[in-house]
Amino acid sequence: MATAFKRINVTVRQGRRIFFKRLGAFMVIAALLAMPLPVRAQSKDTIKIGVLHSLSGTMAISETVLKDVTLMAIEEINAKGGILGRKLEAVVVDPASNWPLFAEKARQLIAQDKVAVVFGCWTSVSRKSVLSVFEELNGLLFYPVQYEGEELSKNVFYTGAAPNQQAIPAVEYLMSKDGGGAKRFVLLGTDYVYPRTTNKILRAFLKSKNIPEADILEEYTPFSHTDYQTIIGKIKKFAGEGKKTAVISTINGDSNVPFYKELGNQGLKAKDVPVVAFSVGEEELRGVDTKPLVGHLAAWNYFMSLKNPTNEEFTKKWAAYAKAKNLPGHKDKPLTNDPMEAAYIGIYMWKQAVEKAKTTDVDPVIAAVGGQTFKAPSGFTIKMDEKNHHLHKPVFVGEIKADGQFNIVWKTPGPIKAKPWSPYIAGNDKKKDEPEIIAKKK
Amino acid sequence: MITTRWVRVAALSLSVLLFANVSRCIAIDVETAKQLAAEDGDVKLAAIQKLVASADPAAIALLTALQDDVLVLFKGRLIIAGSGGTKDALTGAPVDAPAAQHEAIMINNRIRAALDGAIAALKLVSPDRAVRLAAARAVAGDPSAEMLPLIKTALDKETDNEVKRLLNQARALIEINSGDAALRREAAKLLGSSGNPQAKQIIGKLLEKHPDGSFIEADAGVREEAIKALRAIERGSLMPQIAATLFSGLSLGSVLLLAALGLAITFGLMGIINMAHGEMLMLGAYTTYVAQSLFRAYLPDWLDWYIAAAVPMAFAVAASIGIALERTVIRFLYGRPLETLLTTWGISLMLTQLVRTVFGAQNVEVANPAWMSGGFSLGADVVLPYNRVVIIVFAAFVVFLVWLFLARTRLGLYVRAVTQNRTMADCMGIPTPRVDWLTFGLGSGIAGLGGVALSQIGNVGPDLGQSYIVDSFMVVVLGGVGQLAGTIIAAVGLGEINKFLEPFTGAVLGKIFVLIIIILFIQKRPQGLFALKGRMAES
Repeated sequence: MATAFKRINVTVRQGRRIFFKRLGAFMVIAALLAMPLPVRAQSKDTIKIGVLHSLSGTMAISETVLKDVTLMAIEEINAKGGILGRKLEAVVVDPASNWPLFAEKARQLIAQDKVAVVFGCWTSVSRKSVLSVFEELNGLLFYPVQYEGEELSKNVFYTGAAPNQQAIPAVEYLMSKDGGGAKRFVLLGTDYVYPRTTNKILRAFLKSKNIPEADILEEYTPFSHTDYQTIIGKIKKFAGEGKKTAVISTINGDSNVPFYKELGNQGLKAKDVPVVAFSVGEEELRGVDTKPLVGHLAAWNYFMSLKNPTNEEFTKKWAAYAKAKNLPGHKDKPLTNDPMEAAYIGIYMWKQAVEKAKTTDVDPVIAAVGGQTFKAPSGFTIKMDEKNHHLHKPVFVGEIKADGQFNIVWKTPGPIKAKPWSPYIAGNDKKKDEPEIIAKKK
Repeated sequence: MITTRWVRVAALSLSVLLFANVSRCIAIDVETAKQLAAEDGDVKLAAIQKLVASADPAAIALLTALQDDVLVLFKGRLIIAGSGGTKDALTGAPVDAPAAQHEAIMINNRIRAALDGAIAALKLVSPDRAVRLAAARAVAGDPSAEMLPLIKTALDKETDNEVKRLLNQARALIEINSGDAALRREAAKLLGSSGNPQAKQIIGKLLEKHPDGSFIEADAGVREEAIKALRAIERGSLMPQIAATLFSGLSLGSVLLLAALGLAITFGLMGIINMAHGEMLMLGAYTTYVAQSLFRAYLPDWLDWYIAAAVPMAFAVAASIGIALERTVIRFLYGRPLETLLTTWGISLMLTQLVRTVFGAQNVEVANPAWMSGGFSLGADVVLPYNRVVIIVFAAFVVFLVWLFLARTRLGLYVRAVTQNRTMADCMGIPTPRVDWLTFGLGSGIAGLGGVALSQIGNVGPDLGQSYIVDSFMVVVLGGVGQLAGTIIAAVGLGEINKFLEPFTGAVLGKIFVLIIIILFIQKRPQGLFALKGRMAES
């Protein structure tokens, strides 16, 4: 999700924030120096694992829970005897929603702590920031969040969705009879790279489906936009001009509440103009009055409400873990979501690869990750592609229910292969569906 | 808790309906009913249409149950698992069916839309006028061909003019696709006079051409009527459109005003560059959340009125924190704007972090009370949301109170005197320190009131204040420091300009344009819209 829900503050406050972040970073470093942390102790009989998620700053809302689910998986693996007879040991660092600090922390994890693998990042900008570090030091990163594609690195495994595993199937659903047979589309997003790239792909896709330009309305709002009156009015007018209209929203999480509130109050119902969102999940709906949202849609590769034994076990384990660790929010109302599932899959994929390679060395492990399969909470046995470092994932479309959960109304028959280089962006047809370096070696 | 009460009433009336229908239920075709549980959406839809075509009022209960997600499959039988136990959906006989074996029947938006229409169509013959009116409105909003017989029967019996008008509209919307050119012509004429913008697209279709150049509508007479109808509808929708833009501008302006009014007092009148102003808004919003939580816990029946309690609470909380700040920190910094700026900024960070520690980093949920949800229609296409109307009225009310305070009370007189010339006021025996903390408390309290309003339209989170601080300063500076009237005009003016620009430029560019306009304006008139006249102590 490229940059996720809480990336606000692009304007005047940035300077202030950076200062504060630096202060935070300084304090974290001071704390690290002051405390003889047990996790930093060298020991031969454990495998060290880096966890690189923001635990403070704007992204903490989304990322903290990924750290927790990773720790839960590690605890689980250790309870079953670890990997290759060795226990796992987590090294948790806090890059504090500060993109350059991500790179610093990644370097520290690989060079100093000598971790075997890192699980982390959320926003695309943080991933881009650590990418060069991982490539330079030949580290290994598992990235658990849906994003805009257009990237493929030998040192990264992407366990979130590529655009063809989320955005495009969702639009196909809207165009289907059950989705209402939408013929006109409003592409509505927050003004930054993820919505712009996604909408570029979607526009080309709609064009390939013979939707004329006149039937597409593209609109962007600034970060933290709260006044959606005009935009809703525009959508209404656009929808009133004929043909079934649907809204595809890549609005950043924080603006979603005012958007949906205005939508409800202006009487635009889901059955008339459905809104499908790519950044609204169980966790984002936590602070929202969901009554006016009922019937609006979201597309993900996993929903908490999926009914299958694996998911039941997963959600139960999470609830128990949240309670045991006294996690704020989750101890009373445990929620799981798509990036959490992706993070959980990632660590197990890595575990299986290590067991296959019989070593934690990066290169043999990278070679072993491709082709691994795992029975995921989504109910499908999903596979890491042999070549392109992305998962084959099923896609679900869910309608928001009054309790903040999702009612799954559509799903792909099975997992679909990721296309990190979207065929709807010019020039991508020449790009190889595997990381460049591997391609060279062959 | 009025909402739950309504749910209860609805459930009760539903069960009454169910029992009333028991005797007549046999009329429903069992096979058709079973198809409601089909996996395939098409089959489900066909079954709903068949039930509508049968015009059997007993189907209402069945469809309502499906709509409310209480219709489930149990061992191949349709049962209704409502709050009053499990019953056979067709006979109404109680069934002993443990919930674990229920198979839910999924409905999506498409089915939901069809259900709404179907239930409304079946209710058209209800003896209750209100039910008929609501039903007719729903049917006119989204009519489908199989409803025609029901609409015609209802029209024959209908005596109420409003219901009749809506039904005729629905009928025309269906008949515009009929095979008979005369019927189509009549329908087009009627739709033109209805002023229903939704009809526009349907009529517009008549005027489109096939790829070979021939009109979709073969009959020239019908086309002529269609053109006339289109013009009439467009004429009719122009005024509401302008009204809608004016309204949304006013609404944005009132939000800006509420956000900035407190600052107009602390910064405008007292000259304190108060960076913690946004946090006062935030505290007001959180107080609203606390009020809502308290009502939920202790007075659930009065939940809808939590906002009435939140208003004085927010004022008190923000005002007392403001006074505490003034007494402990700010009073030592009068006349040192840079230090004040840094200090209040530090305070704003502390307040943000305090709230984050107490309430968590996540946004909290503040729901609109039921009477503030929804909106009333102005013309067919324009809806004025209640929450925005209430905020406009509230803003006017707060401005009135502030004016009353400043212009009509002794303390207000003191405040004005101290603002204009502190030394002189001091000499005249006005206790300036007391006036200072009272004024700062008032400004903070009003910011708290602004927070109550903001909680009704946006997020409530620790960062709430930061999103408004820039806008607030913008309004106060533009309006002219020290002038309430300037603040009001600046807020409403900015709102209107923003909303009139936005349709042409988009939200992002619109905001930039507004900033450019302000910069140019401040270049021309650095003192803002209204300059303070008088002998300032500083000048």
